[in-house]
Amino acid sequence: MSRIQVSCTVNGDSVDFLCDADGSLLNALRDELGLTGIKEGCGTGDCGACSILMDDELNCACLIFAPEATGTTITTVEGLADGDHLTPLQECFLEGAALQCGICTPGFLVAATALLQHNPNPTETEIRYALAGNLCRCTGYDKIVRAVREAAAQMREASA
Amino acid sequence: MKYFAPSTVEEAAGLLAQPNTKVFAGATDVIPQIRAGRPEPDALVDLKKIDRLVSVQRTDATWVIGAATPTTRLTGNAELVAEFPGLVEAAGLIGSDQVQSRSSLGGNLCNASPAADSVPAMVINSARAVIATANGGTRTVAVEDVPVGPGRTTLAPGEFVVEIEIDRPPARTGDAYLRLTPRTEMDIAVVGAGVRVTLDESGTVTDARVALGAVAPTVVRVTAAEAALIGSKLDDVALAAAAAAASAACNPIDDKRGTIAYRTHVAGVLTRRAAVIAGQRAAEKNGASR
Repeated sequence: MSRIQVSCTVNGDSVDFLCDADGSLLNALRDELGLTGIKEGCGTGDCGACSILMDDELNCACLIFAPEATGTTITTVEGLADGDHLTPLQECFLEGAALQCGICTPGFLVAATALLQHNPNPTETEIRYALAGNLCRCTGYDKIVRAVREAAAQMREASA
Repeated sequence: MKYFAPSTVEEAAGLLAQPNTKVFAGATDVIPQIRAGRPEPDALVDLKKIDRLVSVQRTDATWVIGAATPTTRLTGNAELVAEFPGLVEAAGLIGSDQVQSRSSLGGNLCNASPAADSVPAMVINSARAVIATANGGTRTVAVEDVPVGPGRTTLAPGEFVVEIEIDRPPARTGDAYLRLTPRTEMDIAVVGAGVRVTLDESGTVTDARVALGAVAPTVVRVTAAEAALIGSKLDDVALAAAAAAASAACNPIDDKRGTIAYRTHVAGVLTRRAAVIAGQRAAEKNGASR
């Protein structure tokens, strides 16, 4: 069976890749485009390790058929930082030790980025609900929540 | 497997005439089902490129919600939230923020899970499903007539849901949906209960709808509970009668989420609580809602 050509924008670049009709966007991003920041945890939309922004909406890449990406604009964890210049959120994860094994971290960073884009001053409860679709088996979540709050505070200060 | 993304309802209906071809909206159920071993269809038809399937429109009398519209568009629609807070709360309970970018009323309905959160909330609002038929036309049925059992619907081969129609509520009408889950997020309802009431100027219930999820093979409309609420002022006696009627209407399974006895009891508790919230919301909408 012939493969399908998909054209889209990923992390600011126009890209083309080939995929099977039933291939997941997660596998296409990792295997065809080499963006291995996103991880496959569950493959069924429960863990959030493959979180991406597609047309500015938070999604699990494992729940998207790769051909659906045609014409979309996608951001993965690789697209958050500006070169070596990390975002405040990424800096706060490092400073606050909001990760241990790191498998879930790319998904948390993307999901928290989505939260802060539309809510610059989230409460702890709002952060916990917004990140409910991301599982972490190491940290117990507390340091992640604190890192997001700290990043939000820094970003508010910077834009004040 | 082949993938199609038609741009019109007619084109989609034509594709569906092919054997072993299925439609999908957000795929949040389809993909996990395929991964769990369910046979792949020969072709999948993505409905999200059809404008009509992804839209929220309000006319003088009716809301029309495209069957594949992501639920984020419902929770983000202040006017819809104001008129149907219970429906939107139920839609917003489907999965995580990630899943909300993909989940839809049409998908939640046609996946036909007995625990689908939005289905009881649609039923209490007398929602209708507009179905594209294999001969190129449409037919309209009550939402409660779509599911017939876990994973099974009354849709014939070649048919798919195009949109959900919901009449705008009369004055002094409120709806509410509550579900019980062990976790606060990312869980499947042990029991779901939706209640809608309409009050007269004195606060007496003139119309009521009660529907339960996850307590039977399909959504259950509980007319006996509705009868218990109508004519009351949502006093303790009426609420207790409605709760008892809701429990009596249950036909649940025993599974890891809950026992038969537990589900049956909780259905009454949630019905009572949802009726109180619906009544408060109706009372707050003292004037005309439109």
